[in-house]
Amino acid sequence: MSTATDKHHPQLAADFNRDEPRVNWHDETLWWVRAKRDMAAHKLPEWELLRETASQIKLNVLSNLSSYLEQFEANANKNGIIVHWAQDAAEHNQIVYNLLEQRGIRKMVKSKSMLTEECHLNEYLKEQGIDVIDSDLGERIVQLANEPPSHIVLPCIHKKKEEIGDIFHEHLGSAKGESDPKILTETARQHLREVFLTRRAALTGVNFAVAETGEFVICTNEGNADMGAHLAEIHIASMGIEKIIPERKHLGVFLRLLTRSATGQPITTYSSHFSKPQDGSEIHLIIVDNGRSVQLGREDFRNSLKCIRCGACMNTCPVYRKSGGHSYHTAIAGPIGSILAPNLDMKKYADLPFASTLCGSCSNVCPVKIDIHDQLYKWRQVIVKEGYSPKAKTMAMKAMALTLSSPALYRMGGKTGRFVFKYAPFAVNNKFNPWYNQREMPKAPDQSFGEWYAKRKGAKN
Amino acid sequence: MRVALFVPCYVDQFYPQAAIATLELLEKLGCEVHYPKNQTCCGQPMANSGYEHLTGGCNSLFVDNFSGFDYIVCPSGSCTLHIKEHLHADGKEMQAAEIRKKVYELTEFLVDVLRVKQLGASFPYRVGLHQSCHGLRGLRIAQMSELVADPFSKPGQLLNMVSGLELVTPGRADDCCGFGGTFCVVEEAVSAKMGKDRVADHVSHGVQYITSADLSCLMHLEGILRRQNSGVKVIHIAEILNNSL
Repeated sequence: MSTATDKHHPQLAADFNRDEPRVNWHDETLWWVRAKRDMAAHKLPEWELLRETASQIKLNVLSNLSSYLEQFEANANKNGIIVHWAQDAAEHNQIVYNLLEQRGIRKMVKSKSMLTEECHLNEYLKEQGIDVIDSDLGERIVQLANEPPSHIVLPCIHKKKEEIGDIFHEHLGSAKGESDPKILTETARQHLREVFLTRRAALTGVNFAVAETGEFVICTNEGNADMGAHLAEIHIASMGIEKIIPERKHLGVFLRLLTRSATGQPITTYSSHFSKPQDGSEIHLIIVDNGRSVQLGREDFRNSLKCIRCGACMNTCPVYRKSGGHSYHTAIAGPIGSILAPNLDMKKYADLPFASTLCGSCSNVCPVKIDIHDQLYKWRQVIVKEGYSPKAKTMAMKAMALTLSSPALYRMGGKTGRFVFKYAPFAVNNKFNPWYNQREMPKAPDQSFGEWYAKRKGAKN
Repeated sequence: MRVALFVPCYVDQFYPQAAIATLELLEKLGCEVHYPKNQTCCGQPMANSGYEHLTGGCNSLFVDNFSGFDYIVCPSGSCTLHIKEHLHADGKEMQAAEIRKKVYELTEFLVDVLRVKQLGASFPYRVGLHQSCHGLRGLRIAQMSELVADPFSKPGQLLNMVSGLELVTPGRADDCCGFGGTFCVVEEAVSAKMGKDRVADHVSHGVQYITSADLSCLMHLEGILRRQNSGVKVIHIAEILNNSL
């Protein structure tokens, strides 16, 4: 499910804001998750040290990525895991398809993997006649609604329970009008149980891949990754090249940070280590680049690859809370998505680094201390330099720069502006002025500070 | 102590009273305040829009105006931060580096440099403090709600010295107001919604005034308050600290 739209963030966000009570509900729901994160973090006096440690471990990983990947591959092979390498999304999808095709498998169960969203795996497999069922509850809901996830941890956070009831009534046969979360969850559970028992293939994501041991770790609250992987003949796990951590002991840092940052829980219900296949089954691990090595080469943006996909930056971001995940028209929404997406397609995602006030809250909650808001600023510079900024904006900025570089032009402009505000307010107070749509313009004073000061006795310039 | 007063362009044009209050306050506290008259703008509107490469003229002008002072003080966290982080000028890099070190936002200057312990100001109202993001998370003039660290607030500390003033913290202590420079028109829907929500938070706490160390946030919040015909007013922190009955 791609977000097939030509609209950019400002329009999509304006669409979302047509229903203000829904915006309030969305904002409050996510703020509540942020508040839970704060409570969990404040229980650990060593929180800031943990963040710094995680950031440094990831910095080491990014600085030595190729050798860690080779070490991981060698150890995974020793354990009996079959490792595949994919340069891009197409290659990743092809590998998955081939693995299924060779075994005559037409149906697969999948637990949450943002990488497969990024690669649009579901659509691809559907075109090949393969039926994929998402087993994460939130993912299953958006899959049934034929929508992409709107949040990386809380995929259906944009849906109210009544709407989920309607979807389940239509697709899973729950009673019409049923919206009790317990009953709806049980309905999904029964439906998925049958799926788990009958699928020969399971695909999962990867949260951490340990170079030292060749094992990988998957974190879920629902146990759905385990259920799928343990019951299938073939377990396919997809991971980006940046998921590596050097040693098993480092999990002690990341597992403590991940869920506290994500939902305020001390740890995920299931943190499952996969190191070797069970007798009679196979584990295939696909290690995917898909633009990551390009990002690694961008000095200003390489730290974005430290991300452990907790979603804390989304929950805290006032723009995300008030514009909804779908307004970012990319698999990974919010502040982190806005610094990752332009690397993949600068033209298509030229709007995203501007969908921010640069308030900096994202960088403060980030458990691996990515300088997200600084990177948003830097992406803006790159996007303009590469020519992806609207021409009218460039003209306006050039005129502004010219005026502000000259004290005389500035004074004249200010005087004229204030004169217009005062004597011809209709020139600014109209529907062509986006400021005026929901806000009054500032009142124009008779004189500027500069003019006042020039008349002041004993003025010191 | 020779202090240069750096007045942001929109304060110069729309809120001269805040600059006057800053000037008078600094003089009361014993500073020799100069106002370099050819100053215009720090260049942030272009830089934050992705046009930092067009700010050469502003930067050069800024260096010419503000070199050679002991301190440069500005009644705006946002403009101060921009200068601190981005002021560079061809052929004048030494002076630019000097300025980046010497530029202070007003409340941090009062607390950290002048070490103000009392003010003799009076403002008998319920006042909500809006933390501007650039002052807060950029200059760190107060502790940020996201961090596990000891609380402090330079603007709060100063406001607590004002007699009669009842300081009110909103429900969300440091959520962004949504101004964001050109964001306020490019992303009008979200910007206005963010501003409306900040206003509602303060209003629900029964404030009479909303104050801040940044007028850009206040200009945005004022636009919303006035559209709502609200009785709540905005006021720059310098005007409160300089207010005597």
